[in-house]
Amino acid sequence: MTESEKTSGKAKLALYWAASCGGCEIAVLGIHEKILDVAKAFDIVFWPCATDGKVHDVEKMPDGGIDVCLFNGGIRTSENEYMARLLRQKSKVLVAFGSCASEGCIPGLANLSTRDDVFNTVYRDTPSTENPDGLRPQPETKVPEGTLHLPVFYETLRTLDQTVEVDYYLPGCPPEAERIWDALTAILSGKLPPPGSVIGATTTVCDECPRKRTEKKIKKFHRTWEVIPDEETCLLEQGILCCGIATRAGCGALCPQVNSPCIGCYGPNEGTEEFGAQLMAALASVIDSDDPDEIERIIAEGIPDPAGSFYRFSLAASSLRRAKRPSNGNGAQPAAAQAARTGESH
Amino acid sequence: MKRISIDPITRLEGHGKIDIFLDDQGEVANAYLQIPELRGFERFCMGRPAEEMPNLTARICGVCPEAHHIAATKALDAVFHVDPPPAAKKLREMFYSIFFATDHTTHFYALGGPDFVVGPNAPAAERNILGVVAKVGMDIAGKVIKMRRDGHYLIKMIGGRPVHPNWGLPGGVSRGITEEQRQEIEKLGRDAIEFARFSLELFGDVVLKNSEYVDLITGDVYTHKTYNMGMVDENNRVNFYDGKIRVTAPDGSEHAKYDPNDYREYVAERVEPWSYLKFPYLKKVGWKGFVDGQDSGVYKATPLSRLNAADGMATPLAQEHYDKMYETLGGKPVHHTLATHWARLIELLYATERWVELATDPEITSKEYRVLPTETPTEGIGCVEAPRGTLTHHYTTDERGLVTTANLIVGTTNNNAPISMSVKQAAQGLIHKGEVNQGLLNMVEMAFRAYDPCFGCATHSLPGRMPLEVNLRAPDGSVIRQLSQYVD
Repeated sequence: MTESEKTSGKAKLALYWAASCGGCEIAVLGIHEKILDVAKAFDIVFWPCATDGKVHDVEKMPDGGIDVCLFNGGIRTSENEYMARLLRQKSKVLVAFGSCASEGCIPGLANLSTRDDVFNTVYRDTPSTENPDGLRPQPETKVPEGTLHLPVFYETLRTLDQTVEVDYYLPGCPPEAERIWDALTAILSGKLPPPGSVIGATTTVCDECPRKRTEKKIKKFHRTWEVIPDEETCLLEQGILCCGIATRAGCGALCPQVNSPCIGCYGPNEGTEEFGAQLMAALASVIDSDDPDEIERIIAEGIPDPAGSFYRFSLAASSLRRAKRPSNGNGAQPAAAQAARTGESH
Repeated sequence: MKRISIDPITRLEGHGKIDIFLDDQGEVANAYLQIPELRGFERFCMGRPAEEMPNLTARICGVCPEAHHIAATKALDAVFHVDPPPAAKKLREMFYSIFFATDHTTHFYALGGPDFVVGPNAPAAERNILGVVAKVGMDIAGKVIKMRRDGHYLIKMIGGRPVHPNWGLPGGVSRGITEEQRQEIEKLGRDAIEFARFSLELFGDVVLKNSEYVDLITGDVYTHKTYNMGMVDENNRVNFYDGKIRVTAPDGSEHAKYDPNDYREYVAERVEPWSYLKFPYLKKVGWKGFVDGQDSGVYKATPLSRLNAADGMATPLAQEHYDKMYETLGGKPVHHTLATHWARLIELLYATERWVELATDPEITSKEYRVLPTETPTEGIGCVEAPRGTLTHHYTTDERGLVTTANLIVGTTNNNAPISMSVKQAAQGLIHKGEVNQGLLNMVEMAFRAYDPCFGCATHSLPGRMPLEVNLRAPDGSVIRQLSQYVD
């Protein structure tokens, strides 16, 4: 027990957001009045959304001075990376909280393009942009009164564990409030799984889905706008690309209950790391054909964007990681990941 | 030249950073609000199936995913050339009204309200939701928690998930509601109307009966004469879900009223090398810099702007309060930034009234909530009022419905320039001869808190306070003096 723990008698908790949408924070607030229990049980030492967010206070903390840090958001900029390293250094237990930190999530789809692509689209090609001088945001800009600084936007979005060592993962976009509460309870009671584990279910969304399943055999995939599925039968059996078959349980199969397919936001099921590969393998077994050409045609016709459909949430974490590594990339090279783990400055 | 850095302004949609530069006399020379974050949705939406847009773009913001979800869904109606059945439109608008009421509640009680209810001069440690509870009674906390809980519960019931719903489709929604669900939605909606009325009474008692607060609202430090933007229905009443975009000039006259499909004729976005967030302005007026007035294309898109740009509210109770606000503040338009809090509560009341109107509509439980598109997808624009401003999604696709271009002008982005201006104005009003006082922190905070900026996180912050730190720097960058919002 550290000196500070002896003083307050409470475990020190930090929450941080890097490149994220804020939905993880809203999910935390979704535990409603239990948030008061959290405040009783933990000493919240850093949570920019809710409490004092001074980074230099964290910088002053001793290494390991934070007991648990829940870190959401991916590593998109130099500032995100700085905070990831800082909080790793200061935290005994670092949890990759939610899909962005765990697997890159939707913003990880940016890895299908380059930084120049992103900048050219946002600051040049979008139809409402008026930028006759071809300006782009710069790390350093001289203005009449002085110099302004922006963090560097990296070529590649990285997950938290591609940047620093991660102890636990909490899946979901965002994690359901009930699962957050389960995780906090596990932390409080000390009943945590071995380091490196996902704190969550070990079954799939199919296992918690109330829809009726028979033998899955399909000849065609339908886009969601092409058909109105019946509300009782398994969506995959109706030819809708439902990701539940490859997705970790934990949400309670919420999307299928409003007649929408699972989109895979809880990431791969226990025992698999490659979500897309697992989903593709599962689909192959469902397609009613032994002819490779026919299988290929069925997939090509019904799933016109395989990268986006199979790696919607997990591209950045996958073995693909990005579409094409640019020569001047500063992204997910092993050297950079290694440097981050050893705490070298960027 | 000396520099004051306020960093970080914690955020939801990106960290914010403010740099205030002082001249040799110690007066404010300029202020810059920088948004140091970008994720690039417009790029990586390209190549994705159009029907993914409501789910993908929801991840722009976890605070208002419903706004992106519905704007994207409306854009898909246009992309696929399909007109959703009336029940689908009503279900979407009801869902959206519930979301709006929930979101505005969070802002007022956790963020904006504490400044007034507890008082702008109260110690920082009390200026939060707990301070509000302490001042006006414990049962308020219960009411606020119930309102938010009910809202999230219904959003999940209708849209599938409490954060990031999965429900909207071109031509309708994925599932309707049952009569049993309708009854529950109506019952909770009636509670919500009472909650909204109570909130306005609270505002009246605590703020309007205190002349010091009224002076603060109407004072010069928080007044900007800019254009105002908001969506209106066919009678020029405020609408969040559908209608035309109306823009009124600083003198209140109508500058434009256009179909959202024509947004490119009216709105353009400027790029500055020192921020990742673009600066929208009115194209026909032109960009004249960070200045207000009739000749400057800077506009605001906030609750107050929506009320200014409209002729009234479409529901009776909200209309009463609309009239009262303009009567109290001296007629339309109102340019006092802090009056945005009042406008937000009037919108809260409207949202709850609309919620119940739709929940009691005979068509709302119809099974006709979806039609299938039959035409080849091409291009579409979807527009709604997000709580923080007019939200526009614009997609083009190939013939398979894969997105070829995506353009997104999101709520807070509209207000990027005015927020910067409000911050500068507050700083100019407070900093003289190089002297910075603790009051600056809260006054600056209040200036942009009124906008409920999405990068200003605090919207949804639990204790409702925004950590600020001010460094007074010498020209060499060394810190001369440091002030912080939270002194333990």
